[in-house]
Amino acid sequence: MFFEDSVMMSRLLTSLTLIFHVIFATVGVGIPIMISIAEFIGIKKNDRHLQLLARRWTRGMTVTIAVGVVTGTAIGLQLSLLWPNFMRLAGNVIALPLFMEVFAFFFEAIFLGIYLYTWDRFKKPIYHWLLSIPIIIGSTLSAFFITTVNSFMNTPRGFEMDGGNVTNINPLEAMFNPATPTKVFHVVASAYLTSAAILATIAAIIILFRKGSEYHTKALKLTVTATFIFAIMTAIAGDLSAKFLAEHQPEKLAAGEWHFETEAGADLILFGSLNEENEVENAIRIPKALSFLAYGDFNAEVEGLNETPADEQPPLWIHYMFDLMVSIGFYMLGISALYLLFWKVKKWNEENKWLLWAIAAGGPLSMLAIEFGWIFAEEGRQPWILRGIMTVAEGATTSDHVGLMFILFIGLYTVLGAGCLVVLRKMFKDHPAEAEFESRYPEAAATKEVDE
Amino acid sequence: MGYEYIGITVLWLFLYGYLIVASIDFGAGFFAYYAKITKKDHIINQLISRYLSPVWEVTNVFFVFFFVGIVGFFPDSAYYYGQALLIPGSIAIVLIAIRGSFYAFENYGFKNNHLYMFLYGATGLLIPASLSTTLTISEGGFIEETANGVTLLYGELFTSPYSWSVVFLAIVSVLYISSMFLTYYANRANDHSALALVRKYALFWSSPTIIASMTTFIALSQHNPEHYQKAIDLWWMFGLSVAFFMIALFLVYIGKYYGWAFIAVMFQFFFAFFGYGASHLPYILQPYITISSGVTNETMAITLITVFIAGLLLLVPSLILLMRLFLFDAEYVKGKK
Repeated sequence: MFFEDSVMMSRLLTSLTLIFHVIFATVGVGIPIMISIAEFIGIKKNDRHLQLLARRWTRGMTVTIAVGVVTGTAIGLQLSLLWPNFMRLAGNVIALPLFMEVFAFFFEAIFLGIYLYTWDRFKKPIYHWLLSIPIIIGSTLSAFFITTVNSFMNTPRGFEMDGGNVTNINPLEAMFNPATPTKVFHVVASAYLTSAAILATIAAIIILFRKGSEYHTKALKLTVTATFIFAIMTAIAGDLSAKFLAEHQPEKLAAGEWHFETEAGADLILFGSLNEENEVENAIRIPKALSFLAYGDFNAEVEGLNETPADEQPPLWIHYMFDLMVSIGFYMLGISALYLLFWKVKKWNEENKWLLWAIAAGGPLSMLAIEFGWIFAEEGRQPWILRGIMTVAEGATTSDHVGLMFILFIGLYTVLGAGCLVVLRKMFKDHPAEAEFESRYPEAAATKEVDE
Repeated sequence: MGYEYIGITVLWLFLYGYLIVASIDFGAGFFAYYAKITKKDHIINQLISRYLSPVWEVTNVFFVFFFVGIVGFFPDSAYYYGQALLIPGSIAIVLIAIRGSFYAFENYGFKNNHLYMFLYGATGLLIPASLSTTLTISEGGFIEETANGVTLLYGELFTSPYSWSVVFLAIVSVLYISSMFLTYYANRANDHSALALVRKYALFWSSPTIIASMTTFIALSQHNPEHYQKAIDLWWMFGLSVAFFMIALFLVYIGKYYGWAFIAVMFQFFFAFFGYGASHLPYILQPYITISSGVTNETMAITLITVFIAGLLLLVPSLILLMRLFLFDAEYVKGKK
């Protein structure tokens, strides 16, 4: 029965595709910038290790980009296949950013091809580095444009409804809707953070298990430093997002925070559980912190969920998503700061086992935080597909076969995910960095031995 | 010319671009696998991989561009095609996903893995078959709108001679275009043994291509006489297409001017494809969407056209750079870089 409910199955299939795609989309946005930084410092300092780092990251990224491209194609088509009514309406208003996203993607695809196959084709290595700039621009702009579409669904602007028709369309107003700035900032910062954290995880694990070399120590320093900077950016973005929610989508913030009654000096609730009367139990309460989070003022009045009609309220379980996302964000900030502190204080060993384990956990945790954050954002606007205009049920397809397609796509993503892991593992395990370093830069490897 | 005509022309141009670059890619996958099972892979696989590696992702974007563009310019198409094509569309997504990611997996992880090459080759023929379904149903008679929504009539689709002739045409054209391109590329690389092999493929696949074009025409006259009549009115476009086919075949047969031969192939398909498209108008999906009923509002259309021009200013130089580095750089093609 559940299986035959095309609205429910369309929601599940879309979630499945997006949850899978966002993993690859996130690293696709963040890793190019890490590669570019490594290559640039490598060239400037004439550090062969960092140049090799850029090369090896690029090779791994190719595989993840491939999966990102094909799952992105999937969600692009699924929008029309699963939500034909929504696309018929919204296509009139948001075709512009969708179209521009493809341009950005096109631009990135062209330069990625060039970047990958021209490592040794230029006399000056800096020319090759310059090719990484269009890749960063392309991938970050893709994230920007597609996030404006999602922002539009949260705060639809730039058109009027006249019966069933849309009129008075202003494509730019639709694109630059109130949710756009904070959403884009948050998406881009967290994608950079997560990518840096994942690369740090790899370096930490190799040092833990294989005793790593100078190459891995440099990789760790670079990635954890980047993690720290991006974690600060993400925290600022998160704070701005909460303030945005308080003003434009109070029901999402209220559901996320289990804030039922409108009140001044509202408490922030961390974790806990709800009893049958929707009363909060077992939670940590931080007095007045929600008011501060929402308005930057401890005594500001925050709208409660009871102000929203019962059939327009988001589900209350999103509270956990919100708390988990925020907790992981602070964990990343703390752990990277701790590493930097250990590194700067000479007598402390920044590569001690516990710290390395904590860093190693950071990559997977950040990716989970991305998923939690998106689930919070998307479930938090239920029951709307276009907030205040069209519900999810009105947007979905009426086709009977969505359940079957759901099974088909589970199969596909299992194969893709497993294939990606196997290929990545084989790619790096069979070709350790030290061996590649010696074969690629024999002169540098030789002088180093003399120095020692 | 109204902006809806600009819109459809732009989209048709991109679909044509996809037809050419994707055919090269799809066919090359098939030939790579075929060469492997006939133990001739050492002759051509190096050549194919040198061409495909830097461009496979770009190929995919042409397709994304088309479907995002058509939903943007003609939002009604999202409704009708979206409702009707859930199953064939999902199958096409799965095939494209397997193909794209396995290309990367094979190329960067498992060189010469038999299973990956098989999937790559097989999907190369199945994707054109599944995508061509969209063109088939646009002729009308395959979908039905009721109070509950739009449904695709699978019985009609699978028993229609027209739909099968389109599938057949799609597959043989892919092999023909691809082998013609590889002939040019092998010649460019001065790779004589590869040239001899792919030239044979090209000559072989030319006759089914022209036969399939004819049968598709005949099947169309049965299925949609109105469209057929409009196509006859544009007879000169199809005539030019056949003329370019003869030129291409002649040049490859005498074994000279392979570059011109491939350009002739591109013109052959250009005229056939645009002749088909022009005679299809005003319908985008007969009888539900016409070019004027389904078009987006004026503001959005103008914005999209503006962005399109700006986008081209960015893309064309980048594409030229890509081609100069990998397609027309003789040293790269020969494998020296």
